[in-house]
Amino acid sequence: MDRFLMSKKGPAIAGLVLGVIAALLVKFGNPGNMGFCVACFTRDIAGALGLHRAAVVQYLRPEIAGFILGAFVSALAFAEYRPRGGSSPMVRFALGFFAMIGALVFLGCPWRAYLRLAGGDWNALPGIAGLVAGIGIGVCFLYNGFSLGASRPTPKAAGLVMPLLALSFLALLFLKPLFGPEGSAPIFFSAKGPGAAHAPILISLGAGLVVGWLAQRTRFCTIGAVRDLIMLRDSHLFKGIAAFIAAALVTNLALGQFKAGFEGQPVAHTMHLWNFLGMALSGLAFTLAGGCPGRMLIMSGEGDSDAGSFILGMLVGAAFAHNFSLASSGAGIGAFGAPATIIGLVFCLLVGFVFRNRMA
Amino acid sequence: MEKKTVDARGLSCPQPVIETKRVLDKMSAGEIEILVDTVTSRENVIRFAQHAGWKSSWAEKDGGYAVTAKK
Repeated sequence: MDRFLMSKKGPAIAGLVLGVIAALLVKFGNPGNMGFCVACFTRDIAGALGLHRAAVVQYLRPEIAGFILGAFVSALAFAEYRPRGGSSPMVRFALGFFAMIGALVFLGCPWRAYLRLAGGDWNALPGIAGLVAGIGIGVCFLYNGFSLGASRPTPKAAGLVMPLLALSFLALLFLKPLFGPEGSAPIFFSAKGPGAAHAPILISLGAGLVVGWLAQRTRFCTIGAVRDLIMLRDSHLFKGIAAFIAAALVTNLALGQFKAGFEGQPVAHTMHLWNFLGMALSGLAFTLAGGCPGRMLIMSGEGDSDAGSFILGMLVGAAFAHNFSLASSGAGIGAFGAPATIIGLVFCLLVGFVFRNRMA
Repeated sequence: MEKKTVDARGLSCPQPVIETKRVLDKMSAGEIEILVDTVTSRENVIRFAQHAGWKSSWAEKDGGYAVTAKK
């Protein structure tokens, strides 16, 4: 079976399974078109930890811990646990920060962009167009020798930080320590809104573990899919997202979750320019960092500390996005979402121009 | 016969493939050794080299992998 997953067909197989799981998680209680979304779920975790106080988006999403731990166990089982780090970690942190800002302006990571499309949310189309544009800009930098530098092997234990963090999140989720002055802190759980919509914990965790394992074995990557198609005319990762969208679409139709249109879509807005630019920012940041946010979680489970830096950047970015009114809502973009997106794009372009240390 | 080595250890996706492509594009025949440090990079480089018409094999080397492409 592992040989099958490791073949060129692996990403497509993973895409099919992930698409079905994502749609089923909505059926089990996750927010609409949000079976899993690395950006939204990381934002919910930031809220649960009290890093932001947007009361409607606070929940310690067990899917995220599942992705990391599923990949960790898979990497250990197949001798692919290789702790490494040291490739411009602070720049990767900042790229993660701005990737999150862009994702929260659009309201979703690339995974959710495709899931929104599969649920009939046509607002995803300008987002996906922006995503492709951002990846295209990143590809130009890669052609011109862009590199954040090489990572190096680290002590074995250094790769345990993210898996341990994932375990800590699960412990906080199950123990629910509430010893703060308001009787709720330090961990917060939404009483209403998207943060209150979630599948049963064990189903979410199980789904996360399966996705983590499958994505680790098949290298499923929603950024690499488009990047490799543009750069290398290699479509094997792209077939993964095609299968992902198709499987989620069919499952949504079967479950009565498909609702076509622009208006009234779950956790989405209709400001197309900012859907485009938000995802363009994300797409560029992810391409410069080397993969989509799901892939970053998987690599952090394989012991990649640089991917871990990117994820922590996303976590902090999510907190800032809500504390500084950068994140969008169903009503439209946040008060300062537009300038933050522009600042993020300028930052990523500067990174793209400055880190050209592997000229041919 | 021309023989070259590319050290792509520690590079993020898709840089190991790009580094390989840079060298292969300039060679019509010969042998090239590409050093990588993860299984993912090893697979990506082999897939690219084979797609470009180079026979590829790999071996463990210095805690990582050495992919050899020949034409």
